[in-house]
Amino acid sequence: MLSEAGGQATLLGGTTDLFVHWPERMLDADGVFIDLSGVGALRAHRWEDEALVLGGLTTFWDIIQDERADREMPVLVQAARTVGAVQIQTRGTWAGNIANASPAADGVAALMVRDAVVELTSCDGIETIRLDEFYLGYKQMRLRRDQIITSIRVPRQSCSVERFIKVGTRQAQAISKIGVAIAQSQAGWRIVANSVAPAVCRCRTVERALDDRVPLPHVDALVELLGSDVSPIDDIRSTAAYRRGVLARVLYHELAPLCEWVGPQRGAS
Amino acid sequence: MRSSRRREGISKLTGQERYVDDLTVEGCWWGMTARSPVARGRIREIRFGRGVDWSEFVVVDHRDIPGANQVRLIELDQPVLASDRVRHVHEPVVLVAHRSRQMCRRAIREIEIVVDPEPAVLDYRIKPTPEQIQYGPDNVFKHLRIEKGDVDRALASAAHVIEGVYETGAQEHVYLEPQGMIAGEEDGVLVVRGSMQCPYYVLNALMHALGRDESHVRVVQTPTGGGFGGKEDFPSNLAVHAALLALKSGRPIKMIYDRSEDMGSTTKRHPSLVRHRSGVDSQGRLVAQDIEMTIDGGAYVTLSPVVLSRGIIHAAGPYACENVRIVGRAVLSNSVPFGAFRGFGAPQSQFANERHMDRIARTIGMDPAELRRRNLIRDGQTTSTGQVISDGTDRVEVLERALCRSGYAQKKEECVSFNAAHPYLRRGVGLAAFYHGSGFTGSGEVYLSSCVDVAGLEDGRIEIRTANTEIGQGTLTIFATIAAERLGLDESQIVIAEPDTARVPNSGPTVASRTAMVVGRLIERACDDLRRTLGLSEADTGQRLRDAIMKWWAEHPDTEPVGHARYESPPGVLWDDQTYRGDAYAAFAWATHVAEVEVDLRTFATRVVGFWAVQEVGRVINQTLARGQIQGGVVQAIGWALMEDCVWDDGAMANAQLTNYIIPTACDVPSIDVEFLENPYPHGAMGAKGIGELPMDGPAPAIVNAVVDALGVEASAIPLTPERLMELVTHG
Amino acid sequence: MDECGLVTIELTLNGGCVRLEVDPGERLLDTLRDRLGLKGTKEGCGEGECGACTVLMDGVPVNSCLVPIVQARGKRIETIESVDRAQLSALLDSGATQCGACTPGVVMSAAWVMQHPELLHTHGLRELMAGNLCRCTGYDGIIGGLAAAIEAGLARKSEGEG
Repeated sequence: MLSEAGGQATLLGGTTDLFVHWPERMLDADGVFIDLSGVGALRAHRWEDEALVLGGLTTFWDIIQDERADREMPVLVQAARTVGAVQIQTRGTWAGNIANASPAADGVAALMVRDAVVELTSCDGIETIRLDEFYLGYKQMRLRRDQIITSIRVPRQSCSVERFIKVGTRQAQAISKIGVAIAQSQAGWRIVANSVAPAVCRCRTVERALDDRVPLPHVDALVELLGSDVSPIDDIRSTAAYRRGVLARVLYHELAPLCEWVGPQRGAS
Repeated sequence: MRSSRRREGISKLTGQERYVDDLTVEGCWWGMTARSPVARGRIREIRFGRGVDWSEFVVVDHRDIPGANQVRLIELDQPVLASDRVRHVHEPVVLVAHRSRQMCRRAIREIEIVVDPEPAVLDYRIKPTPEQIQYGPDNVFKHLRIEKGDVDRALASAAHVIEGVYETGAQEHVYLEPQGMIAGEEDGVLVVRGSMQCPYYVLNALMHALGRDESHVRVVQTPTGGGFGGKEDFPSNLAVHAALLALKSGRPIKMIYDRSEDMGSTTKRHPSLVRHRSGVDSQGRLVAQDIEMTIDGGAYVTLSPVVLSRGIIHAAGPYACENVRIVGRAVLSNSVPFGAFRGFGAPQSQFANERHMDRIARTIGMDPAELRRRNLIRDGQTTSTGQVISDGTDRVEVLERALCRSGYAQKKEECVSFNAAHPYLRRGVGLAAFYHGSGFTGSGEVYLSSCVDVAGLEDGRIEIRTANTEIGQGTLTIFATIAAERLGLDESQIVIAEPDTARVPNSGPTVASRTAMVVGRLIERACDDLRRTLGLSEADTGQRLRDAIMKWWAEHPDTEPVGHARYESPPGVLWDDQTYRGDAYAAFAWATHVAEVEVDLRTFATRVVGFWAVQEVGRVINQTLARGQIQGGVVQAIGWALMEDCVWDDGAMANAQLTNYIIPTACDVPSIDVEFLENPYPHGAMGAKGIGELPMDGPAPAIVNAVVDALGVEASAIPLTPERLMELVTHG
Repeated sequence: MDECGLVTIELTLNGGCVRLEVDPGERLLDTLRDRLGLKGTKEGCGEGECGACTVLMDGVPVNSCLVPIVQARGKRIETIESVDRAQLSALLDSGATQCGACTPGVVMSAAWVMQHPELLHTHGLRELMAGNLCRCTGYDGIIGGLAAAIEAGLARKSEGEG
């Protein structure tokens, strides 16, 4: 169907973004809408030996409700619980969060920090791609118009640290001004930030510094490292200066109790 | 006393209540508005695109207005529909109607209003250039002044002189039900039904713009999903728009704003800038208060003069000071007109004053609570207008109760040790002492001359007829309680008439914390009058009253027994509008609120973690409703203080969506602790004073004072968003 | 929205089967209010922010303004019209409703929480109710009433078991 629609089709998943101000936006909508919600196979998530596999229609609420997710991958549950409120969590899907390509996507940050891999399906077959290689720029991604996200594999590597911190305009029902997911596993440190770059992104300079145990005695050291990882902007929700400064502060205070090389006394010695 | 259950509560909880958008009217079309794209300019042309078939639409512009192209309010400067010039973004210019709402949306997009821009005032704080003058010689809508004693001499001899500048931003009402009206002609009478606080304001506006007399216009309030002042003045504009479409199309017209249109084009709280210069003696007593208040009126006068009036009258706070000078100005800007919003100028001026009291306390090294304790008005002392306060309320006791309930002193100590130990969280405690005048300002109630009728119905029940509206605050419930109490009846025997201008007298607007105290008192007096009409004495209640009503109907089948009451000023209340001296309000409610906050120095986000509200509001008629008023007002004020930020872009509200204009959710606020001290007011219904606006006045300064206590930086502008707080902390 | 042709859908509404013709471009909210005359569900913002239009879909709360009607095919929808009055006295007594515009959505979320007290093992009441904006009550009336209702429900349950 997607190929028949000549690449003009819009897929309906949880529609928590598409249907905002719908009567007004419908005036601009043309082309074909394909409703995925009838495809039952896309909804369920499953635990395999190596990975948690989310379906193309698995919702945030599905994962919030899964006690195993809360035990094994708390970062996913933490992020999911910050998305909107319950009424959005029950409808919003992880795949939609990815495909909508918002730089503010909290779910994407949590998935990326756990090295998730996206499975894209089209008539031509199945393609897999690491989520941290998926975005090319603002709303640009490696997703052809004839492909859909059929599943997301989240490796079950155990993390000694994993958490998601959201800085929103309020405690709930807010779009992130800054989000940051932190994880450490055998694969090393992962730091993923949202709302501070054209797309959700790994902060590879910071990750390398952490892996190499580079002393970070104060917040400014992180500000400097982040300078090459993120490029926040002023918009209606916040300012570039706030985002830059607060991302560094949040990271600093999260990392300090975890890493002996982050913090004043450590850096000084 | 027992709190009666909200009369329409079950209807609301079960979704049975029918608001204006829920009404279906046979043959009804939808109406929609095309608006100015720019802040100021001359309309050159209006282009109608080819994307729709215009023959299917009814289109109205200023030439279709049968009466005056003026929205009738204090002045007549605001047009119903712009004719040659526009003065704010989203100013209405053209109206369209169609049977399909979606087709209306399409049509609006096809209308291009071409405007040659003129120099606009986008910041009211900056003196306008000659090209920007649009009102009088200087764009000032209103100047007001209060003088008491000799401020300059007192300042010259004061032990300390402390100055400060304070700012507050615009605030959007966010009533959950957007503005909406249905208009249509019924047997030659234009009937307008809709969401509103003040049916007679709407009626007067319709008569004026349509050139009709009262017998040809009728206004009915539908259950109204929140107002907060936002449905005081604005519904007049929308009602006239719907009426114009209805008259031209010959059909009923429904106009319901969607959220973005509502937020982008309707009134908001006036932004303010207040300067303080205070003198205190060596004991911390206020000897001089020199205050200058400027408010942004927006594009048209609307209610700005009276907002300014209430603002300056409350500007010196509930303190005794012998030398006070308050100068107020309301100025034009090319933004949407600012209008009534809960508190009506007093939250702005008391934010400044209560922040300033803390600044004084810090400067002279005195505890903020002690500074207030020393300065609160005692009975026999006077306010800034020279009003002698002698109501028997112990204002220091209100303060002490708030300190005690919140554990203020201990909390302060705990905060110090907490802050010393925590890497990035900082806690602080702040308070505000404040007051709010009940009812219209000065001679306002006398001019309103409100009337209430209470009738005995054929079945022996009592009907209360007022134009005052239930907008969530509990009017229906307390009116029933007041009448039942007065007449010794069960509340089920009381009927409250629908506010329909064809049936109810003008009991004044539902504003100014006047409904319970002023209109409630009129109900009591009309109840007494009904008894007189029936030949009964005041001792005659309950069954005897019902019997008398039934007997009346048996004897006079064609004449209903009705008791009337018209407002009379309580004895000894005198006001001089020329000099702004005298009794500004018949009564004041008094309060002290305490806030505890936690600031996260990683994110600069402030959370209110504890809130204690103690107030003296006369007798509390209904505990549940009164507590709800306080808690709701406090939370609305928490939003104003910390997060509600209208972002302006060339005079337009850039964040006119609930996604981007942030009001508190249940997660953003603590449980609000409420205590009432009750000192019955002899001229209010059952001893009540006003309550609705009071809780809007104190929380913002209490919260910002707590942030200052936590961090030691002098924050003086709200909303104190994390972005602003970061600026203050990192750059001073 | 008279833009496209109508399609026929079936769904379970408040316990009964409903078959009706809809415009595939309309929202569940529009269908409920305009086609079925169920005016209890309110539109507060049309952007999934305020929660006034909350209904239960297959047993969980959703914003009906964000649900394309075609996605309601075959689903179980419960609206405010289905709520049992007897459940509401705690909310009434606590002052959970003032102006009433947010109330149907609040009640649907609250009813869901009352049906699932186990949610409280992982969630606080304020978090569960954060998708319903209220501008009148300051939330104490809602949260307090809901807590009382849950307690009463649990008490009834244990009495029933005892």
